[in-house]
Amino acid sequence: MADATLKVFRGTKDGGKDVEFKVPVAPGMVVLDALHYIQGHLAPDLAVRWNCKAGKCGSCSAEVNGRPRLTCKTRMDALPPNEPITVMPLKTFPVIKDLVTDVSWNYKVNKKIPPFTPKAGADWKFYQEDVDRVQEFRKCIECFLCQNVCHVLRDHDKYEQFGGPRFFVRVAGLEMHPMDGASRTKLLKDELGIGLCNITKCCTEVCPEDIHITDNAIIPLKERVVDQFYDPLVWIVRKIRGAAS
Amino acid sequence: MSERFETHEHDVLVVGAGGAGLRAAIEALGQGASVGVVSKSLLGKAHTVMAEGGIAAAMANVDSADGWKPHFRDTMRGGKMLNNWRMAELHAQEAPERVKELEQWGALFDRTEDGRILQRAFGGHTFRRLCHVGDRTGLEMIRTLQDRGVNMGFDVYMECTIVRLLTDGGRCAGALAYWRETGRFVVFKAKSVVMATGGIGKAWPITSNSWEYTGDGMALAYEAGAELMDMEFVQFHPTGMVWPPGVQGILVTEAVRGEGGILRNKAGERFMERYDPKKMELSTRDVVARSIYTEVKEGRGTEHGGAYLDISHKPAEYVKKKLPSMYHQFKELADVDITKGPMEVGPTCHYMMGGIRVEAETAQSSLPGLFAAGEAAAGLHGANRLGGNSLSDLLVFGRRAGLAAAQHAKEVSAPNLDERQIGAGESEALRAFQQQGGENPYAVHRDLQKVMQSLVGIFRTREDMQKALDELAKLQERAAHTSVEGSRMFNPGWHMAIELKSMLTVSEAVTRSALVREESRGAHSRIDFPEPGPEWGKKNNIIWRDGSAMGLRQETLPEMPAELKGILAEDK
Repeated sequence: MADATLKVFRGTKDGGKDVEFKVPVAPGMVVLDALHYIQGHLAPDLAVRWNCKAGKCGSCSAEVNGRPRLTCKTRMDALPPNEPITVMPLKTFPVIKDLVTDVSWNYKVNKKIPPFTPKAGADWKFYQEDVDRVQEFRKCIECFLCQNVCHVLRDHDKYEQFGGPRFFVRVAGLEMHPMDGASRTKLLKDELGIGLCNITKCCTEVCPEDIHITDNAIIPLKERVVDQFYDPLVWIVRKIRGAAS
Repeated sequence: MSERFETHEHDVLVVGAGGAGLRAAIEALGQGASVGVVSKSLLGKAHTVMAEGGIAAAMANVDSADGWKPHFRDTMRGGKMLNNWRMAELHAQEAPERVKELEQWGALFDRTEDGRILQRAFGGHTFRRLCHVGDRTGLEMIRTLQDRGVNMGFDVYMECTIVRLLTDGGRCAGALAYWRETGRFVVFKAKSVVMATGGIGKAWPITSNSWEYTGDGMALAYEAGAELMDMEFVQFHPTGMVWPPGVQGILVTEAVRGEGGILRNKAGERFMERYDPKKMELSTRDVVARSIYTEVKEGRGTEHGGAYLDISHKPAEYVKKKLPSMYHQFKELADVDITKGPMEVGPTCHYMMGGIRVEAETAQSSLPGLFAAGEAAAGLHGANRLGGNSLSDLLVFGRRAGLAAAQHAKEVSAPNLDERQIGAGESEALRAFQQQGGENPYAVHRDLQKVMQSLVGIFRTREDMQKALDELAKLQERAAHTSVEGSRMFNPGWHMAIELKSMLTVSEAVTRSALVREESRGAHSRIDFPEPGPEWGKKNNIIWRDGSAMGLRQETLPEMPAELKGILAEDK
């Protein structure tokens, strides 16, 4: 059996370095298997988050050869052979230890979003065509890879003004829910800073669930914000009504 | 003590943030209790997200003849009549209401033509009964519950592991835990504790379970003095992936068979005709798992030691729509396009029917103030669980546990914490740091898995299990002498050293219970006792801590009322 070389970040928020490990490769092996081998045989204190190892929980995100991935779905045989495989923690979030990062900011953003609010008098009869679109958003496994690659966060650190693609997807799932009666457009504009997104689609590219984040969630939400706050006609009508009342 | 440890106080402490824990927390919050939820992982990552097929509830949206009685009957028959009848009755009666509630909290199920929740067929269910969202029903459930709980305002302690339950004069008083991130200890003082910690699959190497499934809840409850029940009943799901090796054990949802998937052996024979000609692929899990195992053992297995499961006769678009994650899972991990060819599948350790013994109405254990729900609790599923009955179990008994825990908290005074118990828990947890030159805890874990796979698997014998008990005693000795390197900060080797103790406790309980049950029933198959024994059909095995030894006794099942007997007697 051939060996692969992994260069894995070891360290804390105070710094660290890449450490090389040799790992025997088995058919169909994924990067998370290699990390488990390291824990089991070479470095039991290597910190890694994972749960399901089946692409369903979104815990094992890391940057493999510079690309944000779920390590449980990244096959060793899909990476260049005879070259070391680098495994680094997500850059956008502060390192706790090794590959584990502090993603608590995401949970804080989530709390800002008003929950599902059923329409008054809803009869709960709705059809597959009403839910198809929304079900796409609800596939999200919260791996935070989209948050990790979004330059508004990754390069510009706008944690205070911006919610990030994950939470636009979540808001889209609520706003387009056929039974929901609340509006979250003001939140999108003021607190989640959707205007800062310049639709480069980096988030869509890395989504392991193939959610069309930009096209199906962000752009329609931007349109809602524009319709509500920036449509000149609506603005004039509002002014007149406001003046009348 | 208060100076030495970070301390939090709640009316209700819920351990585990899967479906059962979150549902319990929501109910307790609704009762006005202050609720803390402790979770080994981040919120939203619990094993419930992996549940694929659906929630069994007799809504009768697709088959109008369905109702709680047929659901009760199917559950009891699937469990080979060893189920707690009252739990099975409550479960069948309350599941539809719990599903409707989930929908009203925002869950989006697949729809029928007339705009209601769609239901699909599943093994052992007489009617199309599983409310589902493609093949990611568990994720939908977790998100819905998580968002509701967060909005209602529970306190969540993420990446925090309980190492010991604290007691105060024969009642549960809280727990000692550590933060995974820093390794620092934290004390929880609570009037009621709900165990919703899931199962024990990590004691076997081929499993669909995540790292969290180390039997902590059962082992902690046992140590604190609560009884365990039905520990011999471990479900091997018939269809896990078998190839390539890295993915061995990952679940292939029963929904593949629910949607019409066919099982064949190497020779192309539809072998279920020989084992269960009536229900075929939709027979109960124990039967299908044994059938696949037998085909392989008798030389009719596939290249990699499994059976073929084929759904490619259905239109490709239909398969992608109804089984999207299976399509991607096989495409990405095994290079198989399931719309074009068969999957290779074999049994994988999946679910624990046994667990903490609870009272049906309140989910309270034999230790006052300690409640349990979901996979951590025993009773509902008897000797074998039907697919889809787990998610409904989480909702029905999660709610009941939360309600009873909140009521209990209203009735009792604040407990006192015992400094000595905390000190003892702390020293035990830190032992692996103090020992030099001991074994790597992962090595002990690998050997434990080998023992359980080879000696306490799908088919069991007295000889194997006696050998397993000897091996487990040696492993317990080794586990007590492991060493860990590095600091207490996010140190998986240390976490494993602690979890090993739980796994060894539950493994011993499984083996002891399986050894004395000299019959075959549901998931428990004895080669030396291949038939069900009429006397054993009336008994539960009860495990408790008897000083430093593990006590085991039998108790007779409670007598079923005539009305329920009548439902079971109907031949449908």
